[in-house]
Amino acid sequence: MLKNKKKWFAAPFLIWSVGFILIPLGMVFYYGLRDKSGAFTLENVLAIGTPERLKALWLSLLLSFIATIICLLLGYPLASILSKMSRNQHSMIVMIFILPMWMNFLLRTLAWQTLLEKTGVINNILTFLHLPALNIINTPYAIILGMVYNFLPFMVLPLYNSLTKIDPSVINAARDLGANGVQTFCKITLPLTVPGIISGITMVFVPALTTFVISSLLGGSKILLIGNIIEQQFTQASNWQLGSGLSIVLMIFIIINMIITSIFDKDGEGAVL
Amino acid sequence: MKRKLFFALCIMTFGIFATACGSSNAKDTVYVYNWGEYLDPETLTMFEEETGIKVVYDEFETNEIMYPKIESGATAYDVVCPSDYMIAKMIDNNLLAEINWDNVPNAKANIGAQYFETSKEFDPENKYSVPYCFGTVGILYNKTMVSEPIDSWADLWDEQYKDNILMQDSVRDAFMVALKKNGYSMNSLNTSELEAAKNDLIEQKPLVQAYVIDQVRDKMIGNEAAIGVIYSGEAIYTQRENPDLEYVIPKEGTNVWIDSWVIPANCPNKENAEKFIDFMCRADIAMMNFEYITYSTPNDAARAMIEDEALRNSDIAFPDLSKYNALETFSYLGEEGDALYNDLWEEVKAN
Repeated sequence: MLKNKKKWFAAPFLIWSVGFILIPLGMVFYYGLRDKSGAFTLENVLAIGTPERLKALWLSLLLSFIATIICLLLGYPLASILSKMSRNQHSMIVMIFILPMWMNFLLRTLAWQTLLEKTGVINNILTFLHLPALNIINTPYAIILGMVYNFLPFMVLPLYNSLTKIDPSVINAARDLGANGVQTFCKITLPLTVPGIISGITMVFVPALTTFVISSLLGGSKILLIGNIIEQQFTQASNWQLGSGLSIVLMIFIIINMIITSIFDKDGEGAVL
Repeated sequence: MKRKLFFALCIMTFGIFATACGSSNAKDTVYVYNWGEYLDPETLTMFEEETGIKVVYDEFETNEIMYPKIESGATAYDVVCPSDYMIAKMIDNNLLAEINWDNVPNAKANIGAQYFETSKEFDPENKYSVPYCFGTVGILYNKTMVSEPIDSWADLWDEQYKDNILMQDSVRDAFMVALKKNGYSMNSLNTSELEAAKNDLIEQKPLVQAYVIDQVRDKMIGNEAAIGVIYSGEAIYTQRENPDLEYVIPKEGTNVWIDSWVIPANCPNKENAEKFIDFMCRADIAMMNFEYITYSTPNDAARAMIEDEALRNSDIAFPDLSKYNALETFSYLGEEGDALYNDLWEEVKAN
């Protein structure tokens, strides 16, 4: 009886996932695999093959890969410091870290635009100090910066989760048996946090790969990522078929990423939720 | 105590429900879909007070974003304000309702006959559209940042302004610049002309600081760039904020555009739509809107009411179009034409 009742609690989530995940996904495939007259075709998916689109896809993969690596290099030390702090200390730091996320994602990215502009805040300070100006706005560097800034918390949280799950006695045992700090990290800590690392990589890589807002705001719409091409198909060209077809291509990369994740993270240890 | 709270909550929820149902009643509501920052919000309040009709107001950034929403019919609007070529496309696809001119007396009385004449290019029998704003597309430049006055589209290809040029981030506007620079029609469907325009835009790309739409205004005011392609209506506003800015219609000719009120065929309440359009054509309301958005008004009666003589005779707001040659209005290119332009634009952007 109780068990049955508990199942009902899942109903809102079920409705949610069917209505807002499964049906839209079905629609993407419906549009993506048909031409304008409604006949089945692979043309929209194969349309990725033009040099411009392949270039945009390659650039998206490259930029999101770089951003993911930077997030990992920045996020790991931070998560490890956090996990070693006492509860009171770390809640303050986590708070400072999470605080910007209370603000809208678009606003945060727009703020970077104001900061990085030629006559922006950072350059005004640099000029005042007689330092050379920073000219990264409207370049791929600004896009990477935007990706790292926006997605870093998604890297830190799973890492932090898997780091706090390590039993301190395992570390102590390693030290007792004569391993130095570097050895302990390489042989004990790192392997035990692999699920967190993989989960963090997915959570940064996937949104970075599909973004179009960061590239148009910080890239001055000069650098076209695959997300921008898809967005253009929906908003400018109103060609939903082609837009969906290209989204299917993008989904293939995301699925590959998820398969890798599930291989490394069998128990779902690194999961944030 | 707890029970009281429960009842209070019930009543509140019910109340919200009831008002939600009430407001979805189309009889006393008009759904308006307009460009971003394209009228004085005060006029909406005045309309609501005078007629008792509630205005639900949504905004769009480009014609291309607006079109699929109207086409799919997912949200039914009563009044929309698209540009010339898009109106032609909507007429072509049977998306518009004919306007009953008896219900909008202010339109014929106040709006200059020449604007209805120009409208015939996209609305041949003046059946579907009421002109709301018009203007040109030109170059806005910062006098302190250029070596000599700008007067040609070719100046946007000048190496000395590298990283100081702002281009429009929309297909038709960008291609208009390149086509006009080469002396071609901006409605060209000639492959070699378009190929040349595409190559020019690719060649220009390293010089361009950014492709923008509405941001060109703020960036020019903030001295971020030396030259930018801009709509004439924004020019007056930017000059007020930054006196160093100058607007010019390039000598090779440009786009003369009209944005007009239209009524979609699937509108829930045509009567309210006509009331709204008529209200917008009233001289005092048109003047309020002009002073707020500074986009040229085709409403002659409103222009006569402008007190500031400099503004009333401003060359930017009310240019003497006979002085310029090769002025054109965008026409609808058909689905294949649109697709051709979009593909070429993607090549430019991805390069």
